[in-house]
Amino acid sequence: MQSILNSTILLDTAAVAPTVKQNILNILYMFGSISFIYGIKMLGKPETAKRGNLIAAVGMAVAIFGTIFLYENEGKALGNHIWIFAGLIVGTVIGTLMAKKVKMTGMPQMVSFFNGMGGACAALISLVEFNHLSHAGNFNDAEPLHLLIIFLGLVIGSISFAGSMIAFGKLDEKIKDKTLPLQQVVNIGLLLVILVIAFAASFDMITNPNVLFLILGLSLIYGVLFVMPIGGADMPVVISLLNSFTGVAAAMGGFLYDNKVMLFGGILVGSAGTLLTVVMCKAMNRSLTNVLIGNFGGSKAAAGEAKSMNGSIREVSISDAAVLMKYSKKVVIVPGYGLAVAQAQHVCHELEQVLEQEGVEVKYAIHPVAGRMPGHMNVLLAESNVSYDKLVEMDDINPEFKTTDVVLIVGANDVVNPAAKTDPASPIYGMPILDVEDAAHTIVMKRSMKAGYAGIENELFYSPKNRMLFGDAKKTLTELVSELKNI
Amino acid sequence: MEQLLAFLSDNQLMVYLVILMIFLGIELIEKVPSVLHTPLMSGANAIHGVVIIGAIIIMGQADNLYATILGFIAVVLGTLNVVGGFVVTDRMLEMFKKKKK
Repeated sequence: MQSILNSTILLDTAAVAPTVKQNILNILYMFGSISFIYGIKMLGKPETAKRGNLIAAVGMAVAIFGTIFLYENEGKALGNHIWIFAGLIVGTVIGTLMAKKVKMTGMPQMVSFFNGMGGACAALISLVEFNHLSHAGNFNDAEPLHLLIIFLGLVIGSISFAGSMIAFGKLDEKIKDKTLPLQQVVNIGLLLVILVIAFAASFDMITNPNVLFLILGLSLIYGVLFVMPIGGADMPVVISLLNSFTGVAAAMGGFLYDNKVMLFGGILVGSAGTLLTVVMCKAMNRSLTNVLIGNFGGSKAAAGEAKSMNGSIREVSISDAAVLMKYSKKVVIVPGYGLAVAQAQHVCHELEQVLEQEGVEVKYAIHPVAGRMPGHMNVLLAESNVSYDKLVEMDDINPEFKTTDVVLIVGANDVVNPAAKTDPASPIYGMPILDVEDAAHTIVMKRSMKAGYAGIENELFYSPKNRMLFGDAKKTLTELVSELKNI
Repeated sequence: MEQLLAFLSDNQLMVYLVILMIFLGIELIEKVPSVLHTPLMSGANAIHGVVIIGAIIIMGQADNLYATILGFIAVVLGTLNVVGGFVVTDRMLEMFKKKKK
C-alpha cells in the first residue's frame, strides 16, 4: 500500500520506475482530468451543455476502463475482473433505469440519490482500506496522515450519504421537517466530537480498531441531523452542498491511492459545488448560514403577518378569466412551485397554444428560484415543448409587465409579493421579484389562501387589479383551456 | 507541527495543484446563468462519481470476503453515481435543445 508520505505523492513518478502500463494509465488519467474540466466549462453554456456532459462521461469511461486493465500496484495488476464487471453491469442497468424512468419533476431527488451513492462508495473504500491496515497488524503503525485521510473519507462520505438520503426523502415528501431542541448546538457538538475522535485515532491516541465503527455511526447520525431541520424548499441548496462534500470525499480517495484523476475530479466538484451553493443562495436572496441554521418563516414572519391587509379578495370564475385572457393582447404566465407539484406544465403549454391561436402574445416569466431548483422550471416547461425563447428571465420580463394585459400566476407566491420591495420588515425584503403589479390585470391561481413558503401574507392578492382563481393548478388550467376553446 | 511543515514542503507540487484546482472550480462556475444551475449540479454530481476508481482498486485487490463484499457494493454504488448522474444530466439537457419553429 502506498503511503501518503511515500515519494510517489510527488509528481516525480520517475522515482518508482513506472512500467509502460502505468505510463499509459497516467496519460489516460490526464485525458480524464482534462475532460472533466472541459466538461464542466461547457456545461455552463446552454448551447454546449449537452456536449460538455458527454465529454465528461467519455473521460470517465476512459479512466474507469484504464484502471481496470492497466492499474498496477507494486507490480501487481488488478484481479477479480468478473466481480468488477458484474458490479459495473449491475450499477449501469439500475442507474440507467432509474435515471430514465424518473419524472422531470422528480429530478432533484434523483440527483440527491445518486449523490448519496457516491458518498457511500467513498465511505466503503475507507472501511476496506482501514481493514487492510488493521489486518496487517496494529493500524496505528500506519502514517498518521494516511489514517487521517482514511477517516476523513469515511466521515465526509457517510455524512454525504446519510444527508442525501434524508434530502431525497424530504423532496419525495416521505420525510417531514423536524427540529430537535438545541439542534444547532447538538449538531456542532457532534461534528466536533467526530473530528476529535478521527484526529485522536490518527495520531495513535486511540488504539482500539473498533473506533472505525464509532466514527461511521456518529457520521451517519450527523448526516441525518444536519439535513433534518432544513426546510423542503431549501433542499436544492443542501443537495448542492452535499454534492461538494462527496467531491471532497472522492478527493480523499485521490490522496489515498495517489490517483490524479480522482483528486482532480473530486477537488473540482468540491470547489465548484461550494461556489454553486453560494450562488444558489444568492439567487434566493439568502445567506448559506441562514439556510443551514435559520428557520425561514420563524420569528421574523410574525411581523409580516401582523400587518393587516387592506382591501378584500375577489374571486373570478373560469369563464370570466377565459374571456379576459382571450381579448388581451399580451398574457404573461408566471409558473411556480405549485405548477411543478401539480404537474401542470403540459396543460400550461396547451393554454399557451390556444391563446396564440386567438392572436394573443404569450410569454413565461421565469423567476430564478421558480420550481424546486434554480433552472428547474425551464426544464419542466421545455419538457412540455414550450419554446425556449418564450421563457423570459426576470430582468428581461420586468419592464414588459407595463404593457401586459393579463398576468396569470400559477402556483407562485413569494416571487410576486410586492412586500419584497415595499416592506422593510418583511422577511423577504430585498429579494428580487417579478413586478407583476405593473400589469393591467393579475390572476392568481392557488389551491387556497395559505401563505407561501416564507409564511407571509401577499399584498398582491388584495390589490383591486387582482382576481383569485382557487383550485388545483392542473384541473383549473384544463378547465380554462376547454372554456377558451368554447367561446 | 514539524511533521506538517515537512509534509507541505515535500509535497509542494501537490499542494499547488490542489490550490489551483480550487480556483479553477470557482472560475468555471462563476458566470453561469441560473437556468443551468440544476443541470450543472447534476453534471458535477456525475463527475465526483470518479470515486468509483477507488472502488475498482479495492475490488481488484480484494483477497478476503470482507473486502470482496464491500468492494463489490462500492463498485455497484459508484457505478450508480456515475451512470445515473450522466444519464439524468443528459435527460435534463435534452430539454434545452433549440426547438424548430
